[in-house]
Amino acid sequence: MAQTYTPGLKAVSLVRVVKKRVLPVPGVVTVKMGDRVSASAVVAYTELPGRVHSVNVANRLGVGPGGIKKALSVKIGDRVAKGGILAESKPFLKWFKSEVLSPVEGYVESVSEFTGQILLREPPSALNLSAYIDGEVTAVDDKSGVTVETDATYIQGIFGVGGEVCGEIAVAVESPDTELLPEHILDSHKGKILIGGRHVGIAAINRARELGVSAVVAGGIHDKDLRELLGYDIGVAVTGMENLGITVIVTEGFGHIAMAEHIFGLFKARAGEKASASGATQIRAGVLRPEIIIPGAPKDYKGGQSGLACGTVKIGDGVRMIREPHFGKLGTVSGLPQELEQIQTESFVRVMEVTLDTGETVTVPRSNTELLER
Amino acid sequence: MENRDLEVIIATDCGSTTTKAILIEKKDGVYRQTFRGEAPTTVEAPFEDVTKGVLNAISEIEELSGRKILDGDKIITPVRGKDGVDIYVSTSSAGGGLQMLVAGAVKAMTGESAQRCALGAGAIVLDVLATNDGRASYEKIERIRQLRPDMILLSGGTDGGTVSHVVELAEYIAAAEPKPRLGQDYKLPLVFAGNTKARPQVEEILGKKTALYITDNIRPVLEKENLMPARLKIHDIFLEHVMRQAPGYAKLIAMAHAGIMPTPAAVGAMTEKFARASNSNVLAVDIGGATTDVFSVFGGVFSRTVSANLGMSYSVSNVLAEAGIDGILRWLPFEIEEQDLRNRLKNKMIRPTTIPQTIEDLLIEHAVAREALRLAFEQHGAFATELKGVAQERTIADVFDQSASGKSLIRLMDLDHIIGSGGILAHAPRRAQAMAIMLDAYQPQGVTALAVDSVFMMPHLGVLAGVHEKAALDVFYNDCLVKLGTCVAPVGLALEGEPCLGYEIKTERGTESGTLVFGDVLLIPCEGKAAAVLKPAKNFDVGAGAGKTVVCEVAGGTVGLVLDGRGRPLNLPSEHALRRRALNKWHKALALYPEHD
Repeated sequence: MAQTYTPGLKAVSLVRVVKKRVLPVPGVVTVKMGDRVSASAVVAYTELPGRVHSVNVANRLGVGPGGIKKALSVKIGDRVAKGGILAESKPFLKWFKSEVLSPVEGYVESVSEFTGQILLREPPSALNLSAYIDGEVTAVDDKSGVTVETDATYIQGIFGVGGEVCGEIAVAVESPDTELLPEHILDSHKGKILIGGRHVGIAAINRARELGVSAVVAGGIHDKDLRELLGYDIGVAVTGMENLGITVIVTEGFGHIAMAEHIFGLFKARAGEKASASGATQIRAGVLRPEIIIPGAPKDYKGGQSGLACGTVKIGDGVRMIREPHFGKLGTVSGLPQELEQIQTESFVRVMEVTLDTGETVTVPRSNTELLER
Repeated sequence: MENRDLEVIIATDCGSTTTKAILIEKKDGVYRQTFRGEAPTTVEAPFEDVTKGVLNAISEIEELSGRKILDGDKIITPVRGKDGVDIYVSTSSAGGGLQMLVAGAVKAMTGESAQRCALGAGAIVLDVLATNDGRASYEKIERIRQLRPDMILLSGGTDGGTVSHVVELAEYIAAAEPKPRLGQDYKLPLVFAGNTKARPQVEEILGKKTALYITDNIRPVLEKENLMPARLKIHDIFLEHVMRQAPGYAKLIAMAHAGIMPTPAAVGAMTEKFARASNSNVLAVDIGGATTDVFSVFGGVFSRTVSANLGMSYSVSNVLAEAGIDGILRWLPFEIEEQDLRNRLKNKMIRPTTIPQTIEDLLIEHAVAREALRLAFEQHGAFATELKGVAQERTIADVFDQSASGKSLIRLMDLDHIIGSGGILAHAPRRAQAMAIMLDAYQPQGVTALAVDSVFMMPHLGVLAGVHEKAALDVFYNDCLVKLGTCVAPVGLALEGEPCLGYEIKTERGTESGTLVFGDVLLIPCEGKAAAVLKPAKNFDVGAGAGKTVVCEVAGGTVGLVLDGRGRPLNLPSEHALRRRALNKWHKALALYPEHD
């Protein structure tokens, strides 16, 4: 039987989720192998080195670089307070004495007789690394971090902004084809991961943010609303570090696009349960997609591993078109011609025939489709 | 090795997503590219061994050619009848290529020289630090610490000059304790190519904190750059240290019969070879999904820039951000809602492997390509300059020509060849589309030949040129370049419909003559060479000066000869309906797109 490979996003009822939690610089791990941890538990911490500031003592005192050691009131490793004396001149007359004061609180990192400058380092800042998901610690690297694993419902979005959050799943709309409007968002949604339908606009996002909703998940978003949310036009899809007070994830793309039914169904089945989510997206080498992880399985889950929504496509499979002129439409693969076919642009490409849910059959480039689990 | 009688050559380019292999065979004394194969690059998990992708791509060539090249995971050398090849060479940009941080005492002087040196070595320059770059010391140090480059190039000061600036930069680098991008347990390589007098201090400050290499000053005197020793040192370190940290590269280095070159360095080498061999000024561009590389050789001076976030898929949204929505819309001959266009481009960014299915979508991608090429070229023009900070000797004759130092080397009227590569140009459904995109983006002046790299072979040929120049040039002329034709663009402005150029062109099909009027574009089919007599109107110039006739030989190609009477600079009508009418007229004149609803 003809088949092909097409990319897709994971949206599965139950899968083993493995998360490596790694410190940016070596630190201390606070848990051990086999520990059960909650998403908010600190599993490791470290200190990030403080900023370094330079002070050109030689210039400030009017001495040569080689002469600064005589003028220094501090030595390497000394702690200095903001406004503390770093160096002073020693004139014959005290009236002409001048001082160099520290612009920051910190430590003396280095003294250079080549340039006459000293480098001051601010005190380090603490960094606590959370587990991110409820699960079990399955590996520990003494200084760099841990691995946490859990069996969970796992759903990838196509694009997101905002960092890691956790909260209960709350489905705010009736169907995957309903737009998430401000009036759907209630006080009771505070701290929750709110599921919308086909689209979420800036008004609804702002309302959710005001009410303290942790994350909003919807089918699509308009680019202009994203720009308004971020305050700038995003150039390259590398996200996750935004400090927006809310995480926003879209499962289908930009514009009005109904959330895939099976994804909406998974959220409905897990409504009221605790989940973790991240908007971090990186569409480059080492692709990273936003995700929602809901530990455990849906109540009606009947065992067996759900397939991943990517891999080999065969006739009868469900697909979504991801480019004009059929963008967002769903259908069933009805043909996988082997030969290259010419499309409207006159390019010769590998195509598939798709029977839409309306009954119409269309021919589309295979690269413009995504496999659905239906 | 040049003198070795090579019969069969295999070459690969390990790109970030695809590894492309080509087979070159000597036939009747001429080297030709005969088969090609490709396979996904295997640098990342789960494979984490670049040679797997290489072997897969070569296997595809084995299947197509019937030549047995591999014995297990070894390349059979030398040729034995239908088995084996004589040499294997490769380039690589997989795993992010060579990423460098450069530093120079003064941004516009040694800072730029260091940048030129790193770019010429094929690197992506992550940042340029300088004592006068406008950042506070802590910002510089933070930046050095955040970046995880493969290597640092530190320069600064002329030989024997002041040492304090460059030593200050060395102190910042030491304070940041930079870590290499790849490999946990090895020290970050740092090449010092600055004031020789500062070497002891730099050694003292950085000798223990980095793997320090000292080479000749890249700016020994203000008036001269000496980039080659540092460039070679960068290449050696890349091969010996950086690359070995990437998965499978130690094996790849052992497999190859010449050093693995960074892909852009190889494209640059090929561009330089071509410019030298044809004694011409050349502009070459490679527009990819994420970045656009621009190479130029003007008056024998090679320049390269990388526009890291101008591309057709991963970076498509950044083209929109930089060009603005009006920049994209101005090239579209149909109406489209701004929101619709924005959403389409964002959807391309998040699903970068999709392709246009409709003419409308194709036109949108071509509009983006025009802007990406234009922006990257602007950045190139600002960088490809004469040395800055050089004192100029002036005489009384220069009173009215007080040009500053650092003049751009790019002179469009002197440009002889434009070579385009990258999917949007090489795989355009009609070759004329590629030509039109480049004409609109670059707006060449006078007489300029255009070509595309058929299947992105320039990297392979660039590395091969270092081993066997004839083989590389044979394939470059015969198989790599698809000649599109020549554009004749009179420089000047007039009212629409006014004559701007009289022409008489003798092609293999006969003689075409007439008058080109302002605002029109004419296409004259011509595949071979043609003799042209070009008589510009009195306020127009095609290379010899305003109103002066040019008699020259022009090269045809798969598109032909384009007489571009749209004026330079090309001003699109500001009124939307008029602009769309003009675009449609030009598209029709060049037969760019099929008729559609």
